[in-house]
Amino acid sequence: MNQSIFDKIWNRHVVEKIDDRQVILYIDQHFIHEVTSPQAFEGLKKRGIGVFNTRRTLGTADHNVPTINQDQPIKDPLSRKQVEQLTSNCEQFDVKLYDLVHPKQGIVHVIGPEQGLTRPGMTIVCGDSHTSTHGAFGCIAFGIGTSEVEQVLASQSVLQVKPKQMRIKINGPLMNGVGPKDVILYIISKLGVGGATGHFIEYAGTTIENMSMEGRMTVCNMSIEMGARGGLIAPDQKTVEYLSTRKEVVENWESSVHYWSELKTDKEATFDLEFEFDAADVTPMITYGTNPGMGIKIDQKIPELSGASFEKSLNYMGLSTGQNLLNMPIDYVFIGSCTNSRIEDLREVAQFVKGKKKADHVIVFVVPGSQEVARQAKSEGLDKILEEAGFEMRGAGCSACLGMNEDKIPAGKYCVSTSNRNFEGRQGPGARTLLCSPLTAAAAAIEGKIVDVSKALIA
Amino acid sequence: MKKFITFSSSAVPIPMEDIDTDQIIPARFLKSTSRDGFGANLFRDWRYDQKGEQKADFILNNTDYSGSILVCGKNFGCGSSREHAAWALADYGFRVVVSSFFADIFKNNALNNGLLPITVSDEQLHTIFEIIEKDPEATFDVSLEDQKFSCAKEHLSIDFSIDPFKKTCLLEGMDTIDFLISKRDLIQKFESTHLVY
Repeated sequence: MNQSIFDKIWNRHVVEKIDDRQVILYIDQHFIHEVTSPQAFEGLKKRGIGVFNTRRTLGTADHNVPTINQDQPIKDPLSRKQVEQLTSNCEQFDVKLYDLVHPKQGIVHVIGPEQGLTRPGMTIVCGDSHTSTHGAFGCIAFGIGTSEVEQVLASQSVLQVKPKQMRIKINGPLMNGVGPKDVILYIISKLGVGGATGHFIEYAGTTIENMSMEGRMTVCNMSIEMGARGGLIAPDQKTVEYLSTRKEVVENWESSVHYWSELKTDKEATFDLEFEFDAADVTPMITYGTNPGMGIKIDQKIPELSGASFEKSLNYMGLSTGQNLLNMPIDYVFIGSCTNSRIEDLREVAQFVKGKKKADHVIVFVVPGSQEVARQAKSEGLDKILEEAGFEMRGAGCSACLGMNEDKIPAGKYCVSTSNRNFEGRQGPGARTLLCSPLTAAAAAIEGKIVDVSKALIA
Repeated sequence: MKKFITFSSSAVPIPMEDIDTDQIIPARFLKSTSRDGFGANLFRDWRYDQKGEQKADFILNNTDYSGSILVCGKNFGCGSSREHAAWALADYGFRVVVSSFFADIFKNNALNNGLLPITVSDEQLHTIFEIIEKDPEATFDVSLEDQKFSCAKEHLSIDFSIDPFKKTCLLEGMDTIDFLISKRDLIQKFESTHLVY
């Protein structure tokens, strides 16, 4: 017995080995959205074939959608066309769709778990790199390209090469003001933006075990930012409890729970690479550059590095080596994205800002990950707390994470963001993104500048 | 997919590391529902300023450099899974991308579109950049059959590796979707006994 969880799930899904490397891998759940699916459906139409198994694909509109006036037609004609195309494709091919006005609509990686469609032991794909999010439930979930989306639509399978495996352990309690986002930004800063390329990660250790399902999703979500194919966490009692409120989608609950309880990495299993971190070393993190690996502890100075890529990056950000980001004024705060837009994130932010006001010069918007998250926030009165603090609550969608819809950050402006990527132009041409946790973003919104939220909490 | 045949070409160098797919094709240009025309916005924000004027210091705007081989720093294609990045490169006219390291999803996307990613060592990449810097018209030969990337004039010959199945797909112009469609009966049989918990 020397198999990892990954091995066990992978082996159960191999339909056929093509050669020493390539396999046909069966996919249990496929998610699609409007941006990476139209060309795949076009391919099916050209071939004159249907979707192989319509029950295993779910569509939603998230990337292109506005986050205000969602009941009205989308203003941008190209965005509208893409969303309409998704609707007509789903109708034509009999695929279930949560469209913009559907009560279950939201960011694809938020609604999958929310609806109980993401479960331990599954294989899950989507034409989106942050599909790694679903790994928090102990499943193999990874992003694919549009040709592979077409493969899945046509055969419920993808051609894949088994990746190498990496285990990252982190142990110990997190200090006050430090959360799962800080943990993953810390890990990425240590491994680098390509440090896990070619690997699938298993996260383990007491710090991970003590995280909520939402926190685990935040960690797994950013696996791709180290280049990993995906990241997963062994299912446990918390996973089962989360799914127990969504029992209706599980065909045989008892046998499923039994299977999930046995889904663990064997003691003798070996990994191609292993890393171990101490939670005591993790403090509030922030990025200063144009890739998620360029992160520092919030009270540290920007490192003295060199090279064309590094210099281009700092030049774009308008920052310099040796600079300390604490007290730097900021312009925008974005709380949202598939990394940090779940109810727990909104609760944490609301708790911190209750009774406070945002800084006058800062524009703050909070974008829930799904309509369900928005409803839950409202029922708990979080929307009132946020609005009283001057934060604008929007409708569900990817919003300012990727500069594709109406929500963009203007050129040259600094945006403290709970999203996952700080690439050049990611939040709009010329926009300057500083990635951090929801708590750090909330503190920046109140103070109008970058602050160490762990110190603010002690004060 | 077209068959990948042996060819020779000069190369375009971008010696930057960690070039992400948001740079290759920014998200705001992903709104098309077809696979065509993405080349016009390849490296959009590096190529053009916000007024839409060409940036003189970007390599694709420098007429000294041309060809269907793109050479880039390590970790090329990281970030988003958008296949539009591969479509944009191919639509612009690139047939090969050389780097010392490729992001996984980009690599798959490229191979699925007849765009060959060639992985070389850091030292070899450095040598290739030097050759192009010395002579922007230096010609490189790409043979997928022999898995060789070479520059005869500079006595450079690099053996590269590629997954055998992917090699066959490229050489024969084989479509992976057709391949999977031919396996539908097998997949159906698998599905009939496969339990999803």
